[in-house]
Amino acid sequence: MVSIRTIPSTPGSLTPVDLQWVISHREDRCTLCGHCTSVCPTGAIYLTYRRQRMPKLDLLQKKRGSEYRVFTGIRQRTEVGSRCIGCGMCTAVCPNEAIGPNPNATDARVRLLMNDKGGAWTRGGRRNSPESLLDRIMFNRISMLTDPALDAGRHEFYMNTLLGRVLPPEEYLRRKATGEWIPPVREIFPFVIGSMSFGALSPNMWLGLLQGVAYCNEILGIPVVMATGEGGCPPWVLRSPYLKYIVLQIASGYFGWDEIIRAIPDMQCDPAAIEIKYGQGAKPGDGGLLMWFKVSKLIARLRGVPEGVDLPSPPVHQTLYSIEESVMKMIQTMSMAWDFRVPVYPKISGSTSAKSVLNNLVRNPYASGLLIDGVDGGTGAAYNISMDATGHPIASNLRECYLDLVAQGKQNEIPLFAAGGVGKNGNVTQNGMALIMLGASGVHIGKYIMQSAAGCLGSERNRCNVCNIGLCPKGITSQNPKLYRRLDPDQVAQRVVDTFMAIQTEMKKIMAPLGRSQSLPIGMSDAIGINDADVAERLKIRYIC
Amino acid sequence: MCRLALKTATEPFSPYSILTAMEAMQEGYDGSGLGLLLRGLEFTDFNYKIRTTYPVLSGIAHTGEALARLNSLMEKWGYKLKYTHEFDVNHSMIEAKDRNTYILRVYKTPDHWVYFDQEHIESELMATRIDLRRNGEENGGDLTVFSFWPDVAMIKEVGWPLEIGKALSLHDNRLKARVVMAQGRQNTNYGINLYACHPFFIQGIATMTNGENTAFVPIKEWLAGTHYPGYIGYQSDSEVFAHILHYVVKRLNLPLEAYKHVITPLKTEELLRHPQGDFLRGLRDVCRRLIIDGPNCVMGSLPDESCLLVMDHKKLRPATIGGKPGEWAMASEMCGVDAMIPDRDRSLDYQPMRENTIIVPPDRKEFKIWSQFEPFPLHQAA
Repeated sequence: MVSIRTIPSTPGSLTPVDLQWVISHREDRCTLCGHCTSVCPTGAIYLTYRRQRMPKLDLLQKKRGSEYRVFTGIRQRTEVGSRCIGCGMCTAVCPNEAIGPNPNATDARVRLLMNDKGGAWTRGGRRNSPESLLDRIMFNRISMLTDPALDAGRHEFYMNTLLGRVLPPEEYLRRKATGEWIPPVREIFPFVIGSMSFGALSPNMWLGLLQGVAYCNEILGIPVVMATGEGGCPPWVLRSPYLKYIVLQIASGYFGWDEIIRAIPDMQCDPAAIEIKYGQGAKPGDGGLLMWFKVSKLIARLRGVPEGVDLPSPPVHQTLYSIEESVMKMIQTMSMAWDFRVPVYPKISGSTSAKSVLNNLVRNPYASGLLIDGVDGGTGAAYNISMDATGHPIASNLRECYLDLVAQGKQNEIPLFAAGGVGKNGNVTQNGMALIMLGASGVHIGKYIMQSAAGCLGSERNRCNVCNIGLCPKGITSQNPKLYRRLDPDQVAQRVVDTFMAIQTEMKKIMAPLGRSQSLPIGMSDAIGINDADVAERLKIRYIC
Repeated sequence: MCRLALKTATEPFSPYSILTAMEAMQEGYDGSGLGLLLRGLEFTDFNYKIRTTYPVLSGIAHTGEALARLNSLMEKWGYKLKYTHEFDVNHSMIEAKDRNTYILRVYKTPDHWVYFDQEHIESELMATRIDLRRNGEENGGDLTVFSFWPDVAMIKEVGWPLEIGKALSLHDNRLKARVVMAQGRQNTNYGINLYACHPFFIQGIATMTNGENTAFVPIKEWLAGTHYPGYIGYQSDSEVFAHILHYVVKRLNLPLEAYKHVITPLKTEELLRHPQGDFLRGLRDVCRRLIIDGPNCVMGSLPDESCLLVMDHKKLRPATIGGKPGEWAMASEMCGVDAMIPDRDRSLDYQPMRENTIIVPPDRKEFKIWSQFEPFPLHQAA
């Protein structure tokens, strides 16, 4: 049967109430300046001429009729590709508070049409779920009368952690006596800026992070380190004395490593560590992905590729035949490149197989740690299904691995680092310390740093989350100078410093009532509880209600 | 908070005199328990001086059946009973009603042990203690064993120290010692249990503490993970202090001074200035799971009768040492020292600071104040 075309409806047509974000616009306030339409990253709103009938009732004339007025209004597009992403930049630039996105309280049918032209939904950000188990963990072993609580404001606290292979004490003494090799160990702040590549992040964002990290280290004495992610490191950083605050990542695409290897003879100091990425919590089974529109001239040069091509890294390393071989080859090669002076550790996605990886590392004398990235980790580009449904939550994965080490008496030797959803709802110190008390030596934070230090608008209610298309409205994840010039590196650096100073204070506010100040309370599971009996049993912590 | 008293003297003295010192400090405890450790034993009814290698078993048999089982087990394992110290017990003064016999017995080790080296003998003695303890636990806790070691006796009981001393007639001078450690209060945060009374003992090494170790669980997990047979118990968070001392001295073979560097290491910036900073920083890193926390004053004694006193890193607990050549007393309060050695030059009393380790060597001529900032007496690596 031939379809009726008089009603403008197709299977794929949407109206504003079908979208996740509905623009509300107050025409009485609008000055028609056009700032909102020009700033909108997806072009979701447009200025248009509209006609409005003005009913007119004139009792003295027989003639009936209407008058029409023509006005300029702002309307919302309903095509999937230019849907409103809720970033709120329109509100930010509006001089008159006339416009803004509102979350759709009814069912956002657009979810059913995110497969335009057969392409599955891709985006940036994290798992679209605001729930956080870590938020529910409480620190409940309070020192009061049986021993004095410490003074977070005035007492001294030792809050650093170790990154690197720690020998059993007997072995340390033996090697010290015979002058044998002692594995390198770095003393770092337990909150690490997680891997976000130069490429995923804009040059201004990177510069701001680096400046902030250097300030934390050199002026404040907070030994913060940051990881590069895949994609190398700018040559001027490689040859600078600030390289010691950088964890260089090598991932399956090996992007940027020509540049790094060539810079080794000119390096003024060693990097903090080398991270070998085998997996990522946000998209297990996928390699890194930099979309073509983010591969600018600078990025192309750093990565040694042509400009404007997609850069999908393979899911596995080319050397990977078996875990033993991979670990042997990669960890030892990387260690050797810096003459065994730099810790080398793998990063894996949270998985039920994490324990086997760990057990393999325990037996490898060069492995310096293990970073497990949980399902709530963020990414610059991935399929929605990978982000939302693939992976393992970090808490139980980490705890299992830690208890496995405890059973072997090795928990002092291979430091476990946890990542994935730390600070998801803003409770970064609470989340991080909960993981530390579950057994992590430290945590990596990526998304939180973007949010806290650069004002990233992304959220787990699917706000913004367009890091993958290079249109970041704040200029954090864009390689387009028009966008990233919005971000002032000095202000980012200031915010990085603010963030870490606050984390440090909050750590003291957690440690002081627990009566801990001498060492980071790694594995202090007697200090935490959760109001869910099943979770408590699984994590082997106290059930509280 | 608990109260601690330790006295070491060339001339053996009655443990009852230490209980009077505990009485002087009684404001600080609640009568929930007393632990006594005696070293350098002298019995009026038995010449132990010529047999100081014979191990002494200390504990409580809560029933006659448990005592009989103990006897048959010791016999089965080849130990020969040489002396039983009969306490003149007044049961009505003891709170607990299930105390059949307070055990303090000297045994001769099995004959074939003459072929064992010292380390083997020490591990056998520990194994016997653990087996007896386990046997008691398997039988409803009817047998409690505190120590089994040459020249060491231990008494633990619930109640007020002086009352317990009177109930066991410790004032009768039939039992004397050159080193006595006493602690008057039990666990703060865990259940009341005889095993939770300080001092804690392992292979001749004993410590007691007045404070709380907030880093208890990670330390316990690490020690238990070494699967060393003696690292068990942990009814009290303070038990790990004894095990760490044992680990440092016996298993790492480090000098006594290393203990302080393990439990409360210096800060990184302090270690950077320390002459052996590189070694000590490495030691701190590898032993980081043994770093204690919370307020603590730790007193300890070793098989050679040297005694030790260290503070937590913030010096949140008090302690004083005072005395004269041949006789030294440590106590958590100054009035405790006064009660133990009244006729001393008080101007020479010393209250250690956070970086200090006080060591009274076996000759007892003077006590040594050692600071963590001083070079570390290590021959092998530093």
